[in-house]
Amino acid sequence: MGETNQNVYTGSFTIEGGNFNCAGIVSTNIKSILKKLGIPGDLVRKAAIVSYEAEINVVSYAKKAVVNLMVIPGSVNIEVIDEGPGIPNIELAMQEGWSTANQKIREMGFGAGMGLCNIKNYSDEFHISSEIGKGTHLKMIIQTP
Amino acid sequence: MKIEKLVQALELEVKCGKDYLDREVTGGYTGDLLSDVMGNSKEGYIWITRQVHQNIVAVASLKELAGIILINSCQPAPDTLEKAEAEKIPVMVSGLPAFEISGQIYNLLTSTG
Repeated sequence: MGETNQNVYTGSFTIEGGNFNCAGIVSTNIKSILKKLGIPGDLVRKAAIVSYEAEINVVSYAKKAVVNLMVIPGSVNIEVIDEGPGIPNIELAMQEGWSTANQKIREMGFGAGMGLCNIKNYSDEFHISSEIGKGTHLKMIIQTP
Repeated sequence: MKIEKLVQALELEVKCGKDYLDREVTGGYTGDLLSDVMGNSKEGYIWITRQVHQNIVAVASLKELAGIILINSCQPAPDTLEKAEAEKIPVMVSGLPAFEISGQIYNLLTSTG
C-alpha cells in the first residue's frame, strides 16, 4: 500500500522467500504504479528489471523481504531489505556467472549468476551491503527526467 | 510482422492469448535462462524457450515481450496458461527445436522487415 501525490509516491511491499508461484508480483505492482505516475516507458522497464531480479533473489535465497518504493522528482528509489543468510563475498557475487543456486532453482532457469549484474547494469546507482546470518540490503536508484 | 503471421508461417499451436496475435514482433530472443532474457531481450520481441513454468509469464510481461514460443512441442504448465491469459501474453508451441525455429523466425523478420 502506498500514497500517491502527483509524481510522488512512497509504499512498501513484502516478498515471501521460497515461493516461486508468487515471484514477480511485487515487480509487477511496482511497474504498474510507475506507469500510472507517468514515468517514461524505458525507465519503467528498467525499474521492472531491477525489482524483478531482486525479487527472484529473495525468493531463491531469503526468508522474506521488505521492498520500499519511493518516487520523488528526479528519481525512482527501490530498496530491498531481506532476512536471509547474507552474502559472504559481495565482490564474488557481483561476478557474472557466479551463483550458489541449487539444482531446483537452476532447472527453472534462475541462478545463472546474472541477477545482480542485471540490477547493476539497469540502475543508475546501486548499493549493496550484507551481513552473514542477518540479510542483504539493496538500494537501486533510477534517474527520471 | 504480426504474431499471427508467424503462427501461420511456422504452424504454431496457439495455447493462449488468441486475442493478442495482432501484436507487432520487433525481434526475437532465444534462451532458457530467465535473467539472460530479462537483461537482453527488448520490448516487442518474441521469446523462444523450453521453460514451461509460470515465471516465464512474469518475465514476458515485465519486459513487454510480444509473446512466447515453446520449442520441441513442450507444453505449458496449466498455471502458466492461466497467468499468461491474465497478463495478455500469447503462448505458442512449435514442434521444432530452438535452433530451427529461431532461424526461421529470423529469416521471416529480416526478409520482410
